[in-house]
Amino acid sequence: MILGGGTAGTMAANKLHKELPSGEWQITVIDADDNHRYQPGYLFMPFGTYTPDQVTKSRRAVLNSSVDLQYGEIDVVRPEEKVVALTDGREFAYDMLIIATGVSPRPDQTDGMLGPQWQESIFDFYSYDGSKALADKLKNWTGGRLVVNIVEMPIKCPVAPLEFTFLADSFFKDKGLRDQVDITYVTPLPGAFTKPIAAEAFGNTLQAKDIVVESDFMLMEIDNEKKALVSYDEREVPFDLLVTVPLNMGAEFVARSELGDELNLVPVDKFTQLSTQYDSIFALGDANDIPASKAGSVAHFEIDIFVENFLQHIAGMEMTHRFDGHANCFIETGDGKAMLIDFNYDYEPLPGKYPYAGVGPMNLLKESRVNHLGKLAFRWIYWNVLMPGRSMPLPPLMSLKGKKTELLDQNQSKEPAFSA
Amino acid sequence: MATTTINGKEVVVDDEGFMTDYDQWDRQIAEGLATAIGVDMTDEHWKIIDFLRDDFKVKGETPTIRRVSSEGGVDIKRLFQLFPKKPAKKMSYIAGLPKPHGCV
Repeated sequence: MILGGGTAGTMAANKLHKELPSGEWQITVIDADDNHRYQPGYLFMPFGTYTPDQVTKSRRAVLNSSVDLQYGEIDVVRPEEKVVALTDGREFAYDMLIIATGVSPRPDQTDGMLGPQWQESIFDFYSYDGSKALADKLKNWTGGRLVVNIVEMPIKCPVAPLEFTFLADSFFKDKGLRDQVDITYVTPLPGAFTKPIAAEAFGNTLQAKDIVVESDFMLMEIDNEKKALVSYDEREVPFDLLVTVPLNMGAEFVARSELGDELNLVPVDKFTQLSTQYDSIFALGDANDIPASKAGSVAHFEIDIFVENFLQHIAGMEMTHRFDGHANCFIETGDGKAMLIDFNYDYEPLPGKYPYAGVGPMNLLKESRVNHLGKLAFRWIYWNVLMPGRSMPLPPLMSLKGKKTELLDQNQSKEPAFSA
Repeated sequence: MATTTINGKEVVVDDEGFMTDYDQWDRQIAEGLATAIGVDMTDEHWKIIDFLRDDFKVKGETPTIRRVSSEGGVDIKRLFQLFPKKPAKKMSYIAGLPKPHGCV
């Protein structure tokens, strides 16, 4: 039984279908509707690069035809009985459960976000509706103070707010409006990104594009009258147009089933994704609490390893494969260029070449045209290679080949704990 | 890794001065760490530091501000008053725990 037919749930279903004997196992996916969204496309919709219909396919069509798909809202999981109950009263028994319901933006969790300015001057691009509404707003916006904000980590695709900012810079330049727009990037992190070497590279790019960074900003509320972000330490950042990434939380049924932490993420073993509470439950993709990026690329590498482990687990054997937290992400930097980062639990993103040492053709942590083309090609790869569960010619575990590891020693933080 | 002496006791710390050995910590050391960053410990501070220590023992990770607030039962605004400017960093520093890692 797989809860959620998005990126992780679909890949898991289609890959397990190939491995599990059909006479012994039936795979059922439960989701609320038939709209499988290509979420990376939400980044491009506000700028008109992708239209809404380019980011949507039928879940049914993307799943293998022998996988059963049921539509419904999940009410609760009763792990002791191994039963999933839907809000319409239907109940499904399972032998093994995979939770793949991801995380969702929750504007209701910040005071003032859903106030009178919501979708007037406050927008998000982490939802289909939000991204569409922002596209309409940007068509006619004539300039002012644009503020891009992350409420709290972790969020899906942690580089997306940076990409949005770079693309906005490029978008306004193309419209001849850039000198009418002030761009400020407001983040709860101490810098542009979580990991020091990449944070420096992104920080330099922001600076070069004349974008101001307001760091260590813990958002307390949005003042709708003043149109300003207010932090817990009483800083205020005024805006004319706010593009915020609301708090990301796991599904509510996870909380009702007492399977989640304070953000409704399912605690799992970070190497196998097996629930720390029940050995009949795995949680894959954004829905779990592993200390890696919440991103489709992580789900992809994770599920390659997971399938091997799952087969051992149901055979009563010890799981011997270990996921390393591997992620790689293209980062749009505007003007038809992009960066690429490749990293895992132990190694932060480093400059170099990918996937082949010295050759590339992709450049790590450096802007280039070829990276941008890679990003655009990715939508085709997503629908035609990743979702059907076909293999990519990339190893699931991260490799240090081609990476400038010497930077790690040079970049050890020497700063004292607190600068008053 | 280096060692430093806090309130007469030698402890192992990382590059940023955060303690790295959970078992080396005691309340006297915590007082010393708090003084070093200008925090005057009260019962309310101790309650929070105890929560961080207990939670770390169970979860193996330093709790985030949100977790200290929702599970420890302290308003986030109050955390900013008790540990001004950088509560997440300051709380973990005094509790002898690693900085909570902002997950990527």
